[in-house]
Amino acid sequence: MRDLLRSSAEGGGFVPPSSGDFELPPIFGDNVYTTKPIALVFLSVILISVFFIISSRKAAVVPSKLQFAGESVYTFVRNDLAKDVIGHDFLRFVPYLFTLFTFILVNNLFGIIPLLQFPTMSRVSFPYVLAATVYLVFHYVGIRKQGVIKYFKEIMFMPGVPKAAYILITPLEILTFFLVRPLTLSLRLFANMFAGHLLLLVFILGGEHLLQGVIGLKLISPLPLQSALC
Amino acid sequence: MQFVDLAAEGKINPLIPHTAELIVGAIAFTLLFLTLRKFVVPMFEKAYTDRTNAIQGGMERAEKAQLEAQRALVQYNEQLSKAREEAQTLREEARAQGAAIIEDLRAKAQDEAARITATAHASIEAERQQAIASLRNEVGTLAVELASKIVGEALDDQARQSRVVDRFLEDLEKSK
Repeated sequence: MRDLLRSSAEGGGFVPPSSGDFELPPIFGDNVYTTKPIALVFLSVILISVFFIISSRKAAVVPSKLQFAGESVYTFVRNDLAKDVIGHDFLRFVPYLFTLFTFILVNNLFGIIPLLQFPTMSRVSFPYVLAATVYLVFHYVGIRKQGVIKYFKEIMFMPGVPKAAYILITPLEILTFFLVRPLTLSLRLFANMFAGHLLLLVFILGGEHLLQGVIGLKLISPLPLQSALC
Repeated sequence: MQFVDLAAEGKINPLIPHTAELIVGAIAFTLLFLTLRKFVVPMFEKAYTDRTNAIQGGMERAEKAQLEAQRALVQYNEQLSKAREEAQTLREEARAQGAAIIEDLRAKAQDEAARITATAHASIEAERQQAIASLRNEVGTLAVELASKIVGEALDDQARQSRVVDRFLEDLEKSK
């Protein structure tokens, strides 16, 4: 579709990149499971797994360079995120946080790596899934810790607030905890990646459009364009 | 309203998730989570514990060594003071022994001196006795001589006779 648009645009004015540019066609036929974002997600899973399994395999007291690299990431998540924020009992959540951190990091980096050149998180489905896991873990731990009734009571009627204020605060709190928070969690990530990639497209397509008069560039222009789009 | 506009223009709303991507995302995330939890996190935690243990063990070893060194120091000091005491007693003993020896020698010398003095006294006494005896003999002889002289001269004056004898004895006494 994009190619058609582009060829028609050659004669006319510049067509800016839009949300349609994020809808990449399947690589193999009509199979919706073979799109580029899905391939990238699996690639990220393989890359992260392989890197950390190799770097942690020896688990030596005196780390090698590779182990040090892997351990630095792990230590950052474990001590600077989990330990400092959660405090006691944080070790239980380290695997989950570690997965979340590395998964998002690598998938976002894909947006600036040549040839890959697509931030997976600009497909809103993936942030939705991650937010859903956060949502589940968050409420599960809360209910487990405090019991169903007390947990919901604490959310709806925050202790230490004057009674009259509950009229205003209770609906807001319910909205925040059960609706707004999962949405903002996923949308923040999605919007950042989406906007970043859109900017990249604007620069590439706009630059290409502006330089259309140059013959040499016209000859090689399909190559970077292709790698940027597909 | 914006959404409606987008739809009207035939464009795609980026906020609508794809079912395929939702499924893949969930599977991929779960897969990664299980892998990291099973293979990576325990190994890193193991490295952490090992490191902590190594550091703690090293510190404990150092502490133990220090304790041992202190104990050895105390022991050496004790031994040193004991040796000093021993030397002190030895010196005392030696001094006492020396004093005893000197005393002994002195006593012996005094004995010797006393013995020599006694011998000398005895010999002097003997000589004196001898002299007295010989003197007695001589006095007798002299007396006989004198008597014969007096007898030979004149024995008329009794008083004079006795004077002579006295004078003689006096002389004798003086000459001694």
